[in-house]
This record gives sequence, structure tokens and C-alpha cells, in this order.
Amino acid sequence: MEQERKANVPLEPVVPGNTAKSAVPDYGNYKRQKKMDRLIIYLLLVLLSILFILPFLWMIATSLKTESQAISYPPTLLPSPFDFVNYRDVFELVPFIQFYWNTIIVTGLTVIGTVISSALVAYAFARIKGRGRNFWFILLLCTMMLPPQVTMIPVYLIFTELGWVNTFLPLVVPAFLGNAFFIFLLRQFFRAIPKELEESAIIDGCSLFGIFWRIVVPLSKPALITVAILSFMGSWNDFLTPLIYLNDMSKYTLALGLQIFNGQQTMQWGPMMAASTMVIFPLILLFFFAQKHFIQGIALSGIKG
Amino acid sequence: MSLSPVTRLRRSKTLAFYLFISPWLIGFIALAAGPMIYSFYMSFTEWQIMGGAEWVGLENYERMFFHDPLFWTTLWNTFFYTFFGVPLGLAFGYLLAVLLNQKVKFMGVFRTIFYLPSIVPAVASSLLWLLIFQPEFGLANALLDGFGLPTSRWLLSESMVKPALIIMSLWGVGGGMIIYLAGLQGVPPSLYEAAEIDGAGKWSKFWHITIPMTSHVIFFNLIMGVIGSFQVFTQAYVMSGGGPNYASLFYVLYLYQNAFEFFNMGYASALAWILFVIILIFTLLQFKLFGKKVYYEYDD
Repeated sequence: MEQERKANVPLEPVVPGNTAKSAVPDYGNYKRQKKMDRLIIYLLLVLLSILFILPFLWMIATSLKTESQAISYPPTLLPSPFDFVNYRDVFELVPFIQFYWNTIIVTGLTVIGTVISSALVAYAFARIKGRGRNFWFILLLCTMMLPPQVTMIPVYLIFTELGWVNTFLPLVVPAFLGNAFFIFLLRQFFRAIPKELEESAIIDGCSLFGIFWRIVVPLSKPALITVAILSFMGSWNDFLTPLIYLNDMSKYTLALGLQIFNGQQTMQWGPMMAASTMVIFPLILLFFFAQKHFIQGIALSGIKG
Repeated sequence: MSLSPVTRLRRSKTLAFYLFISPWLIGFIALAAGPMIYSFYMSFTEWQIMGGAEWVGLENYERMFFHDPLFWTTLWNTFFYTFFGVPLGLAFGYLLAVLLNQKVKFMGVFRTIFYLPSIVPAVASSLLWLLIFQPEFGLANALLDGFGLPTSRWLLSESMVKPALIIMSLWGVGGGMIIYLAGLQGVPPSLYEAAEIDGAGKWSKFWHITIPMTSHVIFFNLIMGVIGSFQVFTQAYVMSGGGPNYASLFYVLYLYQNAFEFFNMGYASALAWILFVIILIFTLLQFKLFGKKVYYEYDD
């Protein structure tokens, strides 16, 4: 029924001289129109996809070219021959494995710290009615609007004073102190959990932390995974913080290490693109496996947040 | 005098509350509130990192507005980047989201392709586009050449460096696109069906249903886009270093240089506060201009 009614409505405005004909629904025209629309949509999607994917292909192609082929004109997309020497060069030019290791440590600790601390704080804001809760919550919202540049310099001086410059501490410790945006996101999520579950746990003699750990955390897996993914991305991609705090090349993270290939007198495009490919690869892998959570989480954080 | 059980319960709840939020509270005091006050004070001092602070009153602000032409250059560059880049990005992201909201095959693949650039680290994408914009052998000029169009020196040209960075930013619209997509999927199909019965065409449905029903996500992306755009840093730092002839010296890049290259902490703090005020004014202005036109499904 529903289908029929929709099909009966002409998509095109009815031409006045054509009224007699249009009394009989023109299925053929409607179908043709639909097909045309679909064709245009596919065409646009494919064309734009090529534009979006071309830079990636270019990166991978350049990473497999010899130096002379990388800068030849007109450029060719396909490397000939495929040359993996740039990938070897990356490891010889810079301590790339060290960069990987540093990034894994920093990102790992950041994710753990962010998820645990943000969840604890968010739970308190969602469910524990302490005195002054609204006041602190408004302050929390305010800090979300504060541009990081305003606090960047004093925080740098504090960390300098503490002797933390050129260590991972400035990159990792703030994560353990919660992130306003994630706290807000998780609070919204925790508030949707039925209260009855917690009330019955209290009657059974469960402590607040017990409720948090045994009931709230298991029920909030999607939100916690979202926070973990977003903080992973933020930390893996962060450039400014390592740039400010890390001086020794042996301490560099990948994002900062990439910059070494830049700014020399002669650009080494091949190794640079090989290194870029290797930095992006884990993110693409993560995206591939966490795609569902990824898109959901970003939509969730963007709109309901 | 013993406390009543209700008061006692209340006290223990308050204690538990503060215990739970203590990580954030410590962070708030040490990394947000304290530094904010500190930075406000610093903006009135001359502070070289080695020496101490010397109170200079409004001198930093005076220097900024009256004696530092670079301040105005960076402001102009940042405004240019924002006023052209943000609307273009909004429109392009929306177009992609509308396309991805159609019911066609392989949608998962298309969504992934458009979204991927926005998860790439800014340094990696900057290096990649540095290669693309190479005047001698870059992909951008090769494509233009192939179509018989005039080529450009891109990042080495004073007039093209900002447009080049805007073009590059369009590659990363995927983040905003996902938010649009979520908004588009929230539009109830019954509205379209009702409009079709009334004989509404495609464009009419788009203008009168789709756009108004997703105005809240457009507004969200506009606000976030402007805030993010005012803080542009990494691309210019990596790709052009602010050049040529300061044409891509953006506000935050200049702030960074003052703080961490020239170690003028006082002046950099004053720059940071003016940036804060600018962002605040623009955010409030947008709420004033567009806030009322936005449709919210849940008006609570």
C-alpha cells in the first residue's frame, strides 16, 4: 500500500496539456528518473572518492619510488620498479623503532589514564549528589571553552619548574587528571543507566565504588570504547605537546619524528613518505577494526555531547 | 551533639563526591584555573624565560596594537583562512554527507574513504600535501597542466599559500561530515512522505525539510569550525613556516614563536588573551546571528 501511494505521486510537475495522460500514473518515467538520479549519485561518489584517495595513493607510490623517480616530471603514479629501499632508509636515518615505542608508551598510558579518570569523575557528576556539584559542573563546562593557548605557557613553566621537560610526564600525567570533554560525554551516558540497578545494589550493601565498577562500567562499554578510541587518536596525532616538551631525538614520538625529514636542505621525499605511511598505518588498522564504534562515537560525541 | 542520620548520609555523599572528582579537581586547579590566573598576570609583564618577571603594565597590549605590524598580519591571515575556509568546508562536508545518506551500494566503502583523511596526523598530512604542492613535480600542478590550466607556485607564492592551505583543509572535512550524517539520519522520513503528498519536488524538500531539520548540526559545525580555524597551527608550521613573507604566519604560529622560539613569555601571554577574547566574541556573535534560527528537536 505504502509503496503504491508513493509511486502514484508524480515527481515531475504535471504539464498542463498532459492532464489526460497523467491520470494514468507514468511508472516508466518515474523509474527512469530514479535510475538517472542513482547514476548521478554514483558518478559523484566515485569521482570524489578518487580525489580523496589520490593523495594516499600518491604517498604510498612515492614511498616505493627511487629518489630520482619521485621528483621526475611529469609524475607517474606507478613506481617502476617497486623499490622498498626507502622503508629501510627510514630506520637508518632516524631511530624509527624508538619513535614507535615512545608513541606506544605515551599513547597507551594516555588512553588508560583518560578512560579511568574521566569515568570516575563523570560518575560522580552523574550520580553522587554531593554539595556544590552544580557549581563544579558549570566550571567543568567552562574549561571546555578555554583555548589551550591561554594555559599553555604557564603549564609549560610549571612543568619546567618540576623538571619534567624532556620526559614523557607532561604528555601523560594530564591524561590521568581527566578530560573535560570526555567527562561530559560519559556523564550524559551514565545518566541514562536505570537508577533501580544501583538502588538494589545499595540495599545489597555495595559501596559506591563497587556500584561504579561492577554495574556502571560494564554497562557503559560503548561509551568507554568511544573515549578510548578518541583519546588514542588525539595522543597518536598530537604534535604541539611533544614539540614543546621533548628535546632529545631518542624521546621523540612518531608525529614529532616525522618532522625530522622536513626542513633539511634537500628533501628526501621517498623516506619521508615511507615514514608517513608507517605512521598512518596503525590508525587505518584501528579504524578498520573499530569502524562501527568510531563512527558511532564521533556522532555521539558531536551531537549529544 | 550527634548528627541526624540524614545529615550524616549527606556528608558522606559529599565526601564521596569529592573523592571521585579529585583527579579532575587537581587538574582543574593545577592545569586550568591556576595557569589562567598566572597567564593573565604574565600578560602584564616582560618575562624572558631565564630572568624573572618585570611588571610593565599595559605595554604588551600597547605594543601589539600600535607597534607590531606582524600582529595585524597574523590576524588578517587567520581571518582570511577562517572566512573562506570554514564556509567552504561546511558546504563541502554537507554535500558529502547528503551524498552518503543516499541508499546505494558500497556505502561503507565510500564513508570510509571520505572519513580517512580526517584521522591522519596533521604532520603526516602536511608532509603529504607539501609533496602535492611542489611547484616542479607536484601532483597539483601536474593535474592542472594535464587539463591545460595555469599552474601555481602554491606554498611559495604569497597570494596562493593561504588558498593552498584551505584546499588541503577540505581534504579533511570528514570529521564534520560524520556529524552531518548523524543529523541527516535523524530527520524523520514521515516529513518527506508528507511533503511528497503535497507535491514537493526534490529541491523544495531539500530547502524546506533537510536543511532546517539539520540546522542544529550545521550550527554545531560552524561554531567548532570557527574555533578550530582560529587555532590553525601545525599545517603552517610544517609546510610553510609562516612564509613566504609572512603570508601564512597565523596567529597561533606567531604566538608559538614568541613563546618558544623568542622566549617572550609575557608578550605571548598577552597574545593568548587577545585570542581568547576574539574567539569568545565570534562565538557569541554566531549565537546571536544564527542561534535563534536553529531548530532543536528536544527543546528542554
